[in-house]
Amino acid sequence: MMPGSAPAASDAGMFVPAATVGTVLCCMCGVAMQPNPANMCTRCLRARVDITEGVPRHAAVIYCPDCSCYLQPPRSWLRAGPESPELMQILLRRINRPLARLRVSLSGAEFVFSEPHSKRLRLKLRLRREVLHGVVLEQTHPVEFVVHDRLCDSCSRAQANPDQWVAVVQLRQHVPHRRTFLYLEQLLIKHGQASLAIRVAAAPGGLDFFFGSRSHAARLVDFLNTVAPISTQTAKQLVSHDTKSSVYNYKYTFSVEICPICREDLIALSPQASRDLGGLGPLVLCVKVTNSIALLDPLTLRVHHLEEKKYRVYNFKAALTSKQLVEYIVLDIEQESPEISIDGSRYQLAFAQVARVSDFGKNDTIFTVRTHLGHLLNPGDHALGYDLYGANLNDDDMDTAMTRHNLPEVILVKKSYEKKPRTRRWKLKRLPLEEDAGNKAKGEEERRLDEYEAFLKDLEQDAGMRFNINLYKNEDYRSEMASTIGDDVPTVPLEELIEDLTLGDDEEEDEEEAGNTQAGMVE
Amino acid sequence: MLLKVGCIQFENNCEVGVFSKLTNAYCLVAIGGSENFYRLASLLGFTILSYCVDLILTILIDDSGNKNGLLLPHTTTDQELQHLRNCLPDQVVVQRIDERLSALGNCVACNDHVALTHPDLDKETEELIADVLGVEVFRQTIAGNILVGSYCAFSNRGGLVHPHTSIEDLDELSTLLQVPLVAGTVNRGSEVIAAGMTVNDWTAFCGSDTTATELSVIESVYKLREGQPTAIVDDMRKSLIDSYV
Repeated sequence: MMPGSAPAASDAGMFVPAATVGTVLCCMCGVAMQPNPANMCTRCLRARVDITEGVPRHAAVIYCPDCSCYLQPPRSWLRAGPESPELMQILLRRINRPLARLRVSLSGAEFVFSEPHSKRLRLKLRLRREVLHGVVLEQTHPVEFVVHDRLCDSCSRAQANPDQWVAVVQLRQHVPHRRTFLYLEQLLIKHGQASLAIRVAAAPGGLDFFFGSRSHAARLVDFLNTVAPISTQTAKQLVSHDTKSSVYNYKYTFSVEICPICREDLIALSPQASRDLGGLGPLVLCVKVTNSIALLDPLTLRVHHLEEKKYRVYNFKAALTSKQLVEYIVLDIEQESPEISIDGSRYQLAFAQVARVSDFGKNDTIFTVRTHLGHLLNPGDHALGYDLYGANLNDDDMDTAMTRHNLPEVILVKKSYEKKPRTRRWKLKRLPLEEDAGNKAKGEEERRLDEYEAFLKDLEQDAGMRFNINLYKNEDYRSEMASTIGDDVPTVPLEELIEDLTLGDDEEEDEEEAGNTQAGMVE
Repeated sequence: MLLKVGCIQFENNCEVGVFSKLTNAYCLVAIGGSENFYRLASLLGFTILSYCVDLILTILIDDSGNKNGLLLPHTTTDQELQHLRNCLPDQVVVQRIDERLSALGNCVACNDHVALTHPDLDKETEELIADVLGVEVFRQTIAGNILVGSYCAFSNRGGLVHPHTSIEDLDELSTLLQVPLVAGTVNRGSEVIAAGMTVNDWTAFCGSDTTATELSVIESVYKLREGQPTAIVDDMRKSLIDSYV
């Protein structure tokens, strides 16, 4: 005849007499109430029993004002914003022990507003505890935390010596242009590998990355190993030595040298190298540089991947680089073999009749050459290529090749498009580079800008390169509808662009989005 | 006769029902209590027949009785049995019974007419109770508890039961016992009624933790409140007149 058992038994089909619970007088105040384990009405219970007795009302937390982190003893610093769930977690952990000792359980907690500069954090806890013959009482309890300021270890180290670095990665490539570094910069941004660097500085011939610990520097070097053909040398220098604990502090230097062959470089292989690589024609074009160099023989359409170590055996340099590209106009083209695809890039062997743009109209110098760009070129197109007919080279291997083989006069490298100064729909992020102030030569700025522009154009044309880096939508882009239709200049399609994160001004962005989609896709 | 309720402690413990047994004919008290305990008992109209100082009297949960008889468990020694027979008035039958459930005070609650017992009590014991105590025996539970002797205390005039007893149960018990019943607590919310208090037709003793509310409930249900001044004066007048004449 327990009051609670009636529903269960009646479910089973038994007859259970009804059991209404009677009223009992509260033993303290005499008010009629339902019986409970303590047999006191709730007001008497609450008045008599204080479950928050012994629960701390004040506690302390330690806060680093530089990096807005809170200390979790003994040693970890956790970042938490004001009145955030992480902060709540930190504060609750501080008072967890005394609560558990008193067998009080926490059923809720919330922040009470306090001025940030008052250095006090207020929480209102809802505590639950069992008292007196099994009655569970719930009561609110305010707790105040005093915030003490103390610099955390990393901030104090940074404060003491802001330029202090422990390891440096010196990235160098001995070529006159900086295209590789522009591309590497974008790769580093995409993979977030330079986030641990204290400082990034530009040096003549490359970049310097400064790190706070050797392992961070080693991580960057490992990453570079996978994306570029590099060779590394390490060195260390003793800075200080603690005799008592026998701890040695060093400065580590990683000298990383990137192979000097870049894309679109023309290389003349020595006869031995040519023989070792399987009879690759003496003239090869470098088409792709990842952690190995892809060499294409434009006359036979063979691609060979050369690893860094093998490269060091021959150590050949580029005979002609992209600075020496000359513009040609295609007069006639005749496809010789079907289009093939190697490594994701398409090539087609074709015979082309070309003339230099500087010659065009002035004289009749026409060259008939074999080219690998048969799938791209049409009569009337412009193309860029290396002029071997008129070149004056200082290269032993090239001389040998010239004497032994019948070299073509022109090697076409890529198709060129009309230069149209227009804004692009996309933009790139840059690393926070410190420019080398002392080493500025005249005209260097302009050269840098030109190189950057050329780099952006390369990105537009090469989808493979774009795959590896992040492109962001340019909010300042205004579509020029009339001029873009009918133009076959390659542009980056909208799917590949990433929405850049901006704070505020959401309406403007929405407008911009709508504007962009109306412009349509141009291929 | 004065009708009163007293709040006392036995050796600083408020569970006086455990240490004493009160009926209309006699009162048994455990040894070791202070003088105050006995003095209060005598003030309320009892004569102390003897002090059980030589023998060790077992804790008085273990027996059950009314004015007609007293039942003792099988653990009672012969000496105790003899002593009790000597001390108690002759009309009280003292009997020792063999029963598996030896804590008779927990198992049996009785007044002079009706007794409620533990549902698992032996048949022979039930018959013995009916014979010795001269009562009608009913097997019952109180608020789902089988220990009826500890969760209710009733006299010939009223009774107090466990606070969680439902209304239907109260009605049923009341019809069985033919006395008014109320669900309540004693000793500041304790549900073990019979351990916290002991009662007969005109007096009740409760533990000192009992609150005023509980006391008023006890006074009203056991009808202990008719302390009219006229009754006192009537008593006194008899003695006064005697001396005059």
